[in-house]
Amino acid sequence: MNIHEYQAKQIFQKYGVPTPRGIIANTPEEAVANAQELGGSVWVVKAQIHAGGRGLGGGVKLARSLDEVKTLATEILGMTLVTHQTGPEGKLVQKVYIEEGAAIADELYLSVVLDRAAEMPIIMASTEGGMDIETVAHDTPEKIIKIAVDPAIGFQGYHGRELVFGLGITDPAEQKKMISFASKLFKLYMENDAEMIEINPLIKTASGDFLALDGKMGFDDSALGRHPEIEAMRDITEEDPDEREAGQYGLSYVALDGEIGCMVNGAGLAMGTMDTINYMGGTPANFLDVGGKANAETVAKGFEIILKNPKVKAIFVNIFGGIVRCDRIANGILEATKLVDVHVPVIVRLDGTNAPEAAEILKNANIANVIAATDLADGAAKAVAAAKGE
Amino acid sequence: MSILVNKDTKVIVQGFTGSEGTFHAEQCIAYGTKIVGGVTPNKGGQEHLGKPVFNTVREAVQATGATVSMVFVPPAFVADAVMEAADAGIELAVIITEGAPVRDMQMAKAYAVKKNMKTIGPNCPGIITADECKIGIMPGMIFKKGNIGLISKSGTLTYEGTNQVVKEGFGISTAVGIGGDPIIGLSYKQLLQMFQEDPETHAIVMIGEIGGDLEIQAAAYIKEHITKPVVAFIAGQSAPAGKRMGHAGAIISGSAGTAKEKMDALQAAGARVVASPAEIGKAVREVLSRA
Ligand SMILES: Nc1ncnc2c1ncn2[C@@H]1O[C@H](COP(=O)(O)OP(=O)(O)OP(=O)(O)O)[C@@H](O)[C@H]1O
Ligand SMILES: [Mg+2]
Repeated sequence: MNIHEYQAKQIFQKYGVPTPRGIIANTPEEAVANAQELGGSVWVVKAQIHAGGRGLGGGVKLARSLDEVKTLATEILGMTLVTHQTGPEGKLVQKVYIEEGAAIADELYLSVVLDRAAEMPIIMASTEGGMDIETVAHDTPEKIIKIAVDPAIGFQGYHGRELVFGLGITDPAEQKKMISFASKLFKLYMENDAEMIEINPLIKTASGDFLALDGKMGFDDSALGRHPEIEAMRDITEEDPDEREAGQYGLSYVALDGEIGCMVNGAGLAMGTMDTINYMGGTPANFLDVGGKANAETVAKGFEIILKNPKVKAIFVNIFGGIVRCDRIANGILEATKLVDVHVPVIVRLDGTNAPEAAEILKNANIANVIAATDLADGAAKAVAAAKGE
Repeated sequence: MSILVNKDTKVIVQGFTGSEGTFHAEQCIAYGTKIVGGVTPNKGGQEHLGKPVFNTVREAVQATGATVSMVFVPPAFVADAVMEAADAGIELAVIITEGAPVRDMQMAKAYAVKKNMKTIGPNCPGIITADECKIGIMPGMIFKKGNIGLISKSGTLTYEGTNQVVKEGFGISTAVGIGGDPIIGLSYKQLLQMFQEDPETHAIVMIGEIGGDLEIQAAAYIKEHITKPVVAFIAGQSAPAGKRMGHAGAIISGSAGTAKEKMDALQAAGARVVASPAEIGKAVREVLSRA
């Protein structure tokens, strides 16, 4: 689960990680009131969406008067912000964060993320903050400092020294501030079961203070149960409504561009099915994993969600029944076709436990647009042909 | 021969008396697995499925001589259970539970390594040596005995791959579902090595997925150390580039973890890479006739 910048900064502040002061706003009027409350003469109006690249996309703007705060907030609130991380459809901006303008002397990069290879969290830092950090990592990998921290020993002094010397920070007072910044960030990463924290830019002000100017945080979904205060930060409007609806039924759904709806058990086989459709010259309309509990209700829901997409010309149901018995799934499919008006051909491949019984059930039911397939290749071929109207 | 487990392997079940543990332990027993007991705190002394229940893993190990544990405890207790097994001298823990927090697994894995206990999973179908020993939740009847070793991140692709191999007239020596979580136990590399050393295994099927770089590491290992034929499939060639937040994930792995990247690396390492899981069986026939 991801959270907004303003929420990440609330967590930073709780742990003493310095940030500029800011207040969240839902309307231009609130934006102005917030700016007034913050005081000063320069503010930044920042679109709150779950994606980076807001600055380049026109979602982060500097205001030098209260009038300008109002104009910018009016402009940004309600806009559909398209950045390189939102996908072409962009994201609707519903909140803006009004933050005091900071005097930037230097822009750094700092993140904490799990290093799967090292099997421990790693702190990454760079002097090349603010820029496109992936380009920096690709072109000049030596400019990214990587410090793995074993949670069994925690953030030690030497981790801090590697960090500040790596960043070329020589002033002892600044070293101390940066080490304190990083150790607090590591602590909050661990204590909140974060998946990643990224601060880009982390700035040095003219007075030699370090501030988190940006804050992106994602959390381990499996650990949210023990962090109700973070679960409460969930913004469901950031999630795709179809994906969310599917999730409520234990289905995992992602919409794609193609014509063949897919309903599969298991994420791996679901991807393998999409790959096979592609390989045979068709195009998958979605990824849909019905999980281990495929029954009439979930299958019906799956049909319903798939058929919401007007591009769908055929549906391929590909189930490898392990513990789930295929005859039950076959019955589930029959029931589902009664619950939902399935107006496109449905190709059904059921393999594994009780597959022959399942084939018998489908055959006897003799529903016009349900076509049985013998294996993955056969099913994919039939689905591709059906989508082409053959 | 086979790898890791066989008909003589003594297995206990952690989370034995729960509904999942009970259901699958029963299936494993029916398959022929030597389940010698189970652990459920406060139920020690009872009998379940005709096997003794113990309060702690240590007691279970002392009483039964078990060397392997199948873990079915709820997600929040997985790390505790795995570390208990490691401390009690279990040699291999097969962790079936889905949804264990990453931080917990990180700690549990580090402790297991320290105690020389191997782990498989979490969030995996388990391990099966055909006709001898099934430790996990896979449908036993599809695993016909033979000479193909199989390693897969995905559970259902383990079944699909096995099905392909069997339909082509071959069989499985051992199949291992390693799981796709951020922190996993045995990975491609170690298992490839075991299959290379196993005389019963003549070829290896390796099934991967997009994300992470385990398959890239496996490719490097295959190039250096594996002389047996390898058939590989990477799921997710047609998956859309994910929407993201931030860049840290991409920087850390140094690769985008795309299917293409992994397929190219495996191809270059000499593996026979197929574009669809439907081609796995045929590819196995091909590499074995060449070998
Ligand atoms: N409080 C502030 N004071 C001054 N300048 C700011 C402030 N906040 C943001 N900026 C400027 O706006 C730029 C973009 O803001 P920010 O990094 O928060 O968003 P972003 O574009 O989504 O980030 P990324 O591209 O790293 O995902 C910063 O690099 C900085 O130059
Ligand atoms: Mg930024």
